[in-house]
Amino acid sequence: MREVAILGIGQTKFGELWDRSFREIGIEAGFQALVDAKLSSHDLGALYLGNMASGSLIDQEHIAPLILDYAGLSGHHFPAIRVEGGGASGALALHQGYLAVASGAHDFVVVGGAEKLTDVPDTEGNRIATSTADHEWEAVFGATLPSLWALMARRHMFEHGTTREELAQVAVHAHEMGSKNPNAHYRNRLSLDAVLHATPVAEPLGMLDCAPLSDGAAAVVLGPLERARKFTDTPVRIAASQVACDSMAVQHRRDLTTLDSTVVAAKRAFAQARRAPADVHVLELNDSYTIAALMGLEDLGFARKGESGKRFSAGEFRGGEGLSVNPSGGLKAQGAPFGAVGVAQAVEIVRQLRGEAGDRQRPGAALGMTQTVGGTGATSVVHLFERAN
Amino acid sequence: MSIARFWRETPQRYNLGGSKCSQCEAVYFPPRSVCPACAKHRTSLGRMLPFQLSGDGEVYTFTVVHEAAEGFEMQVPYVLAIVRTKEGPMLTGQIVDIEPADVRVGLKVQSTFRKLREEGKAGVIHYGYKFTPRADPGDSARPPAAEASEAEATPGRTGVAA
Repeated sequence: MREVAILGIGQTKFGELWDRSFREIGIEAGFQALVDAKLSSHDLGALYLGNMASGSLIDQEHIAPLILDYAGLSGHHFPAIRVEGGGASGALALHQGYLAVASGAHDFVVVGGAEKLTDVPDTEGNRIATSTADHEWEAVFGATLPSLWALMARRHMFEHGTTREELAQVAVHAHEMGSKNPNAHYRNRLSLDAVLHATPVAEPLGMLDCAPLSDGAAAVVLGPLERARKFTDTPVRIAASQVACDSMAVQHRRDLTTLDSTVVAAKRAFAQARRAPADVHVLELNDSYTIAALMGLEDLGFARKGESGKRFSAGEFRGGEGLSVNPSGGLKAQGAPFGAVGVAQAVEIVRQLRGEAGDRQRPGAALGMTQTVGGTGATSVVHLFERAN
Repeated sequence: MSIARFWRETPQRYNLGGSKCSQCEAVYFPPRSVCPACAKHRTSLGRMLPFQLSGDGEVYTFTVVHEAAEGFEMQVPYVLAIVRTKEGPMLTGQIVDIEPADVRVGLKVQSTFRKLREEGKAGVIHYGYKFTPRADPGDSARPPAAEASEAEATPGRTGVAA
């Protein structure tokens, strides 16, 4: 297997992009990445597009060739492949692109992630989000995606002593970080009180414990590391790319306070990169619901069970010399356009490793990690990225 | 949802029909055609037998839902829980006939047959299981320790892959 590098990155603003279509945002992110990589479209071998629900959201399936077409590339006739895995779709597309380059099947590929959520009403967006859980044995009985995470939150509180305030601190953290990100859906800071007193959604989770429904797209260009210097002075090596799956319904999990899919994907990723959690400087992890971030930190190996809430409350993870968590603002503040999330997380890590993250730069960042989760954790994708110099 | 899509799950949703692996005796709900826990995973195909759950269990975790799932708008706030059944499998369902504030982890419950939701005025009406607090006097008279040991007596038979 060849070493794979990220040669270029692109991302649209995340948020309610009323005046922009799915095609426009998909193409914008892709072209930014191509321009950043200084790569000609003639060199491309394939497009992998992460997208979760275009059929439900914009009545359009078969979107990979559509994006290729409107990017002016259909004349090259190269393969354009959509990848779906709930909220992990973008990260799965990155995994597929990584495998294609690592195996030698292609030299240069574009990996995109795009989702247009605001073309349907909020209630419809929430219903579609819930379709990433088990429809027949969860949703039919009244479950929603936030309620399933709430079930995990309640058990986490029961078993590990996590408090309502600790959950809320995750949202406070996200908005603090997001306030420094010009692409973020939300750039306002939140008080702990505001999170605690927000409209309840599924107790203990309230409105401000939940990531928003956002539009957005992101893209990266991948190529073999040995040829990366021709295109960029700041290549970022993909040190690990791992996917792990678990049972579909929360009720069938071994432990309701742990995502085994994340535990396994992280272990495999650290083994692949010959690294450990203590080596990681910057982490973009799933905070689609506040409980998810607490579980993620624990499951990835950065905190013991029940400890992550206390560390968020103590103001850790905001950068400085320690671990920086979700400098982009995460799904909570930067936004959560399902299929774009995993790619946007990689884009933020590349910015950090290049030293181009502005006010939110983690000084000296050399090793970064992403965790992307589909549904309630039936799919987890973990990547490690390293500055290649 | 088409009528057939809901109708074909009737034995499970109305009567808690699960399955049991005839090789390793693990119990599942909903029924499975292969046994995830069985060492002889491949040969379990065709050897999963019907198994009836009693409907007895306790609340393992719960939430009070305020933003309803589609078709449940008239029921908010409603309690959704994962119930650990006496036989092991965990089920997701509503807890009813109790104030939401009185629900707690460990609450003893019994399944009950109820209307789940209607698909509009002219659509299909879905029925299935919900759970109510167990008010059986014989049961509440039993010491809690005996209940706990009974629940612990069947480890590894919870229908969860090892």
